[in-house]
Amino acid sequence: MSTATSTDSKELAPVSAESLAALLIAKERPPRPSALSASLTFGWRAILKIKHVPEQLFDVTAFPIMMVLMYTYLFGGALAGSPEEYIQFLLPGILVMSVVMITMYTGVSVNADIEKGVFDRFRSLPIWRPATMVGYLLGDALRYAIASVVMLTVGLILGYRPDGGVMGVVAGIALLIVFSFAFSWIWTMFGLMLRTEKSVMGVSMMVIFPLTFLSNVFVDPSTMPGWLQAFVNNSPITHLASAVRELMAGEWPTAEIAWSLGWSGLFVLVFGPVTMRLYNRK
Amino acid sequence: MSAQTSGLAIETAGLVKTFGETRAVDGVDLAVPAGTVYGVLGPNGAGKTTTVKMLATLLRPDGGEAHVFGHDVVREADEVRGRVSLTGQYASVDEDLTGTENLVLLGRLLGHGKRAARLRSEQLLEAFGLSEAAGKQVKHYSGGMRRRIDIAASILNTPDLLFLDEPTTGLDPRSRNQVWDIVRAVVTQGTTVLLTTQYLDEADQLASRIAVIDRGKVIAEGTKGELKASVGAGSVHLRLRDAAQRAQAEEILRLALDAEVQREPDPVALTARVGGGSVNGQGAAEAAARALAELARVGVVVDNFALGQPSLDEVFLALTGHDTKAHDSRHVEKKDEAAV
Repeated sequence: MSTATSTDSKELAPVSAESLAALLIAKERPPRPSALSASLTFGWRAILKIKHVPEQLFDVTAFPIMMVLMYTYLFGGALAGSPEEYIQFLLPGILVMSVVMITMYTGVSVNADIEKGVFDRFRSLPIWRPATMVGYLLGDALRYAIASVVMLTVGLILGYRPDGGVMGVVAGIALLIVFSFAFSWIWTMFGLMLRTEKSVMGVSMMVIFPLTFLSNVFVDPSTMPGWLQAFVNNSPITHLASAVRELMAGEWPTAEIAWSLGWSGLFVLVFGPVTMRLYNRK
Repeated sequence: MSAQTSGLAIETAGLVKTFGETRAVDGVDLAVPAGTVYGVLGPNGAGKTTTVKMLATLLRPDGGEAHVFGHDVVREADEVRGRVSLTGQYASVDEDLTGTENLVLLGRLLGHGKRAARLRSEQLLEAFGLSEAAGKQVKHYSGGMRRRIDIAASILNTPDLLFLDEPTTGLDPRSRNQVWDIVRAVVTQGTTVLLTTQYLDEADQLASRIAVIDRGKVIAEGTKGELKASVGAGSVHLRLRDAAQRAQAEEILRLALDAEVQREPDPVALTARVGGGSVNGQGAAEAAARALAELARVGVVVDNFALGQPSLDEVFLALTGHDTKAHDSRHVEKKDEAAV
């Protein structure tokens, strides 16, 4: 009965019983939304959240710029003679690495959301069940696109010249976003499985650091020891980085594209159902 | 549609939910008639929210069965979801979004087109007195406003069954009354409401039938009248001007009412439970009036005197043998007392 809350409610306009009654009389229910429409609506929610909390774009703007600048100038001279030479090789790889890294925020935001009551409401709606999760990922796909454009711009300023032209670059980014969308199902799973945001963050780091660094993003794997080559050459990140690099260079690396899409399919098939099982059980 | 006005909105048999070793819900049987407000009353941790979550298809029961309008909550979960709405203990709207955005989002998810969703949100915000706050993020809303937007979100499509899980917990009395008015308006239109509460006066105000639940079990069920009748006709509350006269007043009351008299923690207050039948050959009110006259005759100054129905606090105490946590000063302030 604090004074603060009573003044608060005094400012509130009264509930209008008549207009409420008039609204409740309408009993007709529109047909249920399609799976696509429900997913897009949740994607719209993700975009609204970006609108209200634009700071959350920090990780898809400042972080990627930092990555490009840091690695170009750190390794450029030593590995390729000059940063300008190195960025031709590095940019597509660092693009893959940064975008795959920022996918882990999906898990954190899922985990933060389930703590709130709104999750119960979504789960009690008569809609296609995976729509909530797909919505998160659609919103995130937009973030990945922003990150890609930001990094590409920085790369172009630093002297990156893709031989594949606009088409090659767009194809590369499209493949990267498809892969990231599929890969994110790992994070939705962890987001639902683990109890706190911190533990989601911790587990994500454990997965993402070895996976992205042990790849051909920075250097050609041929200088690595055999056992490491075996891992690196079969890593989905290596396949993806090669595919994106060659697409942007104007080639059509059929095998690498197939591997990247194959891994994407596998991630969705394995982690999608696990996520939905956890979602239904939560 | 509420075609089954004669039927049951909710029917459960032996519903069980365990969390590890704890049997949070331990064999609950409920039969909730359609078109009524049904109160589920119990202290914190009694299993109310767990029961509601199972009925709203959010939790899978570990045992027993539950049907909502004849649909099994596990096998026909989707059917059930199409007919119910849930307002949880904490605002079940997105705090980062504005009031309008929340309602439009849910409207779209319920299948409304863009324009229809926007129109319906505007109308609801207007009816709930939230038009001015429509463009503000919900995290800046007061407790009362959150409850309103939450209930508004639950009636975007008029549900056949509305779950209100402790809708007034943490609200100031004024906002609480406003929520009650909303609930009454909703039920007038034929929606069945399942209300859980730990506030006994809330169940008393709104519900027509009440199930009292404790430690995962239903320990009493019936109309408000039936529950109260199982405890007694009512209580006499008395406040004296002078604490020194309490012993004397106590003795007079005991004789006049032929009932046990309790000393309240307040040194000037006394309470006597009056039995169901006649008192010394008279009605309870008459006996109370006589006691009052007797007190005046011997010079005991009485500042306040009230004869009321037994509160649900007393019902709970009589049924469980232990007190509820909600048993506090509210008890003294109860408004349903008929002053004599």
